Amino acid sequence: MSFKDSFSQAFLQKDRWQLLLKGFGNTIIITLAAAVLGIIIGIVAGAVRAAYDKNIERMRRRKNASYYILSFFNFIFKIYITIIRGTPTVVQLLICYFMIFSSWRNGIPVAMFAFGLNSGAYVAEIIRGGIMSIDEGQFEAGRSLGFNYTQTMRYIIVPQVIKDVLPALMNEFITLFKETSIAGYVGIRDLTKAGDIIRATTLQVYLPLLIVAAMYLIIVLLMTYIEGKVERRLRANER
Amino acid sequence: MKDEHLIHVENLKKHYLEGKIHALDGVSLDIDKGEVVVIIGPSGSGKSTLLRSLNLLELPTSGNIFVDGVDITDSRVDINLHRQKMGMVFQHFNLFPNMTVLRNMTLAPEVLLKKPHDEAEKKAHELLKKVNLDDRADTYPAQLSGGQQQRIAIVRALCMDPEIMLFDEPTSALDPEMVGEVLEVMKSLAGDGMTMAVVTHEMGFAREVADRVVFMADGKILETGTPEDIFDHPKNDRLKNFLAKIL
Repeated sequence: MSFKDSFSQAFLQKDRWQLLLKGFGNTIIITLAAAVLGIIIGIVAGAVRAAYDKNIERMRRRKNASYYILSFFNFIFKIYITIIRGTPTVVQLLICYFMIFSSWRNGIPVAMFAFGLNSGAYVAEIIRGGIMSIDEGQFEAGRSLGFNYTQTMRYIIVPQVIKDVLPALMNEFITLFKETSIAGYVGIRDLTKAGDIIRATTLQVYLPLLIVAAMYLIIVLLMTYIEGKVERRLRANER
Repeated sequence: MKDEHLIHVENLKKHYLEGKIHALDGVSLDIDKGEVVVIIGPSGSGKSTLLRSLNLLELPTSGNIFVDGVDITDSRVDINLHRQKMGMVFQHFNLFPNMTVLRNMTLAPEVLLKKPHDEAEKKAHELLKKVNLDDRADTYPAQLSGGQQQRIAIVRALCMDPEIMLFDEPTSALDPEMVGEVLEVMKSLAGDGMTMAVVTHEMGFAREVADRVVFMADGKILETGTPEDIFDHPKNDRLKNFLAKIL
C-alpha cells in the first residue's frame, strides 16, 4: 500500500480523523480540568505543609487551637501526598472509576478528578519546596516591618515563589498532559485510545501511532514555548 | 520603673537543645528614648540573639521585654503592631529582590499604615535623597552594591517611622570600602535623635556614636558603660582580653 493509500485509509475513510479529533479534545479538556484542580489542591496543601514546617517549632511552645488545626491538616496532606506519590496513576484512576465513582457512566469527569487529585500532590510538593527555598531573611524582613505571617506570604514570598516554581510547575503539567494517555483504561476515547482504535481496525501499525505521538509532541512544544515567554517576562529587569 | 524606659529587658533567657545551650543567660537591659546602645562581644556571645529578641524574631525561653511599658512576650500582645514601630536592619540587607527600590520602601507603609500611594512615595523619595540614592529609586536591589543595598534597607525601615532602630551587624557582610557609607548614615540617624540598638564589630563607630556600650560574653552582659569606660578603662578580664584581640 502506498503512503497515500495508507494515509487515506487511516484518516479519511469513514471519517476516522473525526475520531482522532474527538480524542484530542478529550485529552485537552481532561488535562485542563485536572491542571486547575491540581493547582487548587496543590497550593492549599503546599501552603499548609510549608506553614507547618516553618512555624511549628514556635507554635509548639504555646499549644493553642491553631497549633492543633495546623498539625491536623499537615498530617492529612502528608498522607494524601504519600499515597498519591506512592501508587501508580493507572491504579488511582481505576480505583476512582470502579470503586469511588462506580455508579458514574461517563468516565471523563472521573478522569478529571483522578488526574487532578494526582497532580495536586506533585504541585503541593513543588509549592512547598518553592516556599522553603526562599531565603529566611525574606520572611524576617517582612515580619520585622510588621507584616503578619499571611501578609508576608502574600506580599513578599508568594510573588517570588511563583517565579521560582514556574519551570517545575510547567514540567508537572507536561507530565500530566502525557499521563492522561492512560484514560483508555476506563473506556475514555482520548487521543491515544483513538489512535489505537484506528490501529486495530485498519491493522496499520505505523501511521496512526506516529500521528498520535506527533500531536502530543506539538502540544508539549507549545507549552514549553509559552512557559519560556512567561518566564522571560517575569524576570524582566531583575538580576 | 518599666514605663520610664523605651525598652526594658528583664532576666531574659534563651535556651536551645533542651537547655544544653544558653544563648542568653539572664540578660537585663534598659534602653532610653534617644539613646544609642552598642552591643559588642565575641561571636557566640548572644548579642545577636538579644537584639533579635527585642522584636521577638527570637522567642525567649523566659524573661520579659517591655516596649513602651507593654510586655511583648505576653502572647496576648499583637507583636506585629509593635514591630511596625521597631525598624530592623540585617547583616544581609534582605531587600525584596523582585521589587524596585521604591517598592521595597512603600510596600509596608501602604499595606500596614494604609498610607496613600503618593504620600508613601513622597516620603520614600525624601529618605532616598538623604542617603544620596534617589536616582536609584527605580532599580532592583541586585543592580546595587552591598553598601547601597544596606542604605536602602535602613531607609526602608525608616519609612515606617519607627521609634527605635535595631541593627544586627549591619556592616559585617560588606566589602571594607563600603562600610564607611553605611556607618555615615547610621551616624546621621543617631544625630537626629533616633533610638538605636546596634550589634557591631565596628569599635570606631561604638566609640564615636554610642551613648552606652554593652559587652556580652556567654549569654551574659559582663560590663556596661560609656565608650570611655569600656574602651579606655575596662574592668572585666574577658572584656580586656576581647579588646586586646580586636584593637
